[in-house]
Amino acid sequence: MSVTHNARMITLHGRKVVGGRAEGEALVTRQTISGWGGVNAMDGRIIETRHELRGQSFKDKVLVFRGAKGSSGWSAVFHNARLAGAAPRAMIFNEMTTKIALGAVVARVPSVTDLDQDPLEAIETGDWVKVDGDRGVVEVIKRRA
Amino acid sequence: MKLNDEEQAMLDGRRGEACRMALALLVRYGEALGAERFVDVVNIAGVPASANKFVKEYFRPYYQSGRDEYDVIFSLYDLDGEAVAEVPRIAGNACHLQGGIDPENWETLGATPESLQLSEASEAYAREHGVRILKTCTPYLAGNIPRRGEHCAWMESSAVVYCNSVLGARTNTEGRESTSAAMLTGKIPDFGLHRDENRFGTHLIQVEVEVADIMDWGMLGYFAGDRVQEHVPVLTGRIGNADLLRHKHFGAAAASSGGVELYHMVGITPEADTLETAFGQRRTQEIFRYGPGERRQTWEMLNANGRSTEVDFVMLGCPHYTLEQIEEVVAMLGDRRISGNCRLWIFTSRAVRAIADGKGYTEAIRRAGGVLLTDTCSAIGQAIPPGARVAALDSAKQTHYLPAFMGIEAWFGSTRDCINAALSGRWNASPP
Repeated sequence: MSVTHNARMITLHGRKVVGGRAEGEALVTRQTISGWGGVNAMDGRIIETRHELRGQSFKDKVLVFRGAKGSSGWSAVFHNARLAGAAPRAMIFNEMTTKIALGAVVARVPSVTDLDQDPLEAIETGDWVKVDGDRGVVEVIKRRA
Repeated sequence: MKLNDEEQAMLDGRRGEACRMALALLVRYGEALGAERFVDVVNIAGVPASANKFVKEYFRPYYQSGRDEYDVIFSLYDLDGEAVAEVPRIAGNACHLQGGIDPENWETLGATPESLQLSEASEAYAREHGVRILKTCTPYLAGNIPRRGEHCAWMESSAVVYCNSVLGARTNTEGRESTSAAMLTGKIPDFGLHRDENRFGTHLIQVEVEVADIMDWGMLGYFAGDRVQEHVPVLTGRIGNADLLRHKHFGAAAASSGGVELYHMVGITPEADTLETAFGQRRTQEIFRYGPGERRQTWEMLNANGRSTEVDFVMLGCPHYTLEQIEEVVAMLGDRRISGNCRLWIFTSRAVRAIADGKGYTEAIRRAGGVLLTDTCSAIGQAIPPGARVAALDSAKQTHYLPAFMGIEAWFGSTRDCINAALSGRWNASPP
């Protein structure tokens, strides 16, 4: 029995934040993420002391998270991560703020929000996720059936 | 985004290439937010054209003889543009927030001549383009006080929360790129806290213990941010002594543990004459009580990184110290000298430092073995004394960030606890 045969797919519909298409493995956190002081821009690692993803990197992952918090350096950290080649491939999040909007814009990665299902419930770390930013569509191929 | 004629003219390039790229970025940003229009802003606080080594090196391929290197950084980084343009003079009331280096005490901070030169070159560029070089996270203590209701575009989460909550002006937490773009265009998306309906309270916090000094107010802010995240807390109860200082520490903490950009204190802050005005048509989502248990829990959260009681670094001035705070520290130090095993760094703005110089406070701190620094702080400048392992801090915000950045232990306590640690080299404070 192949993995493909077992795979379950879920489709979520939301709103474009930044256009473009990308896919990759999901990295999911229910916690908000601090940019400045919370992320090392050079390798995409979460460094915030008590964060559940501390030590893990979002580089080349589809980052699924609640939203942004903390310093106004948020956008510059994600901007620098892009320049350093450490940005996530795409972003999916629940709570819109100026930090996250500007960060997604300058990180230039496909991003969606306002989804019809809670992405933190529907997507687990390790799932394969396809993001179509322009259409606001997220396809999730579950790792576990 | 619906553009008016003026904005369309900018987007069509009729005000030059830099302005076109700036408006194009703001349109991308406004669309990402789901905003429909811009508001006009003249009061803008950002960090235009500042460059660390990484950014400076990244754009090296674009530097050519005869072209200003900071036009490259401003065009391609600040404006996230696709071409290098000559950047015109900035017309509005634009100021530069904190930077990474004290130009006078850069050696104390362990900076290299190369990074000093970088900082001075970007400062000169910003100054020549009409930006006021305040170099502080507390522009409201250095002469920039917007009027109530004024639309602004500010960075620096602790300044943003002060601007909204205490001054009653209106700004979201902007970033490097949006503030630089706003400096050229005078525009920012009409979103979030620019709009009446988003300025009402969402959560109620009943303060049931005494909050006296900045340590208490920092803990209360840290608690509030942790509970409400990016929402709008309304505080009632034993908050009657809230003044400039206490707001400064409360707001900075709430914007660190959470993303608080606006809070109301009933009977104190401008948009909260009564509980009813604070909440408007919104309903209270949740009520939190701040009593002795919550205070103790917050203290433990903030002191989770403290292990060794051998303190070798005391850092004060997050957000930048006021004159009153410097005065207090000078009085606490008296004629004594700090421990030979400990360093004492106190950060403030250039404006406050100038007054402190005149009053003899800078010299008094130096005589005690400490140093009064400007422009930056340990977290922003990523600078601690060589070999420092255990810090003592009176700022909940700095305690939140510094251990993550620098991999050191940190104790959080009152200003007096910190000065005692500087004098003895030991942390000897008990929980509240």
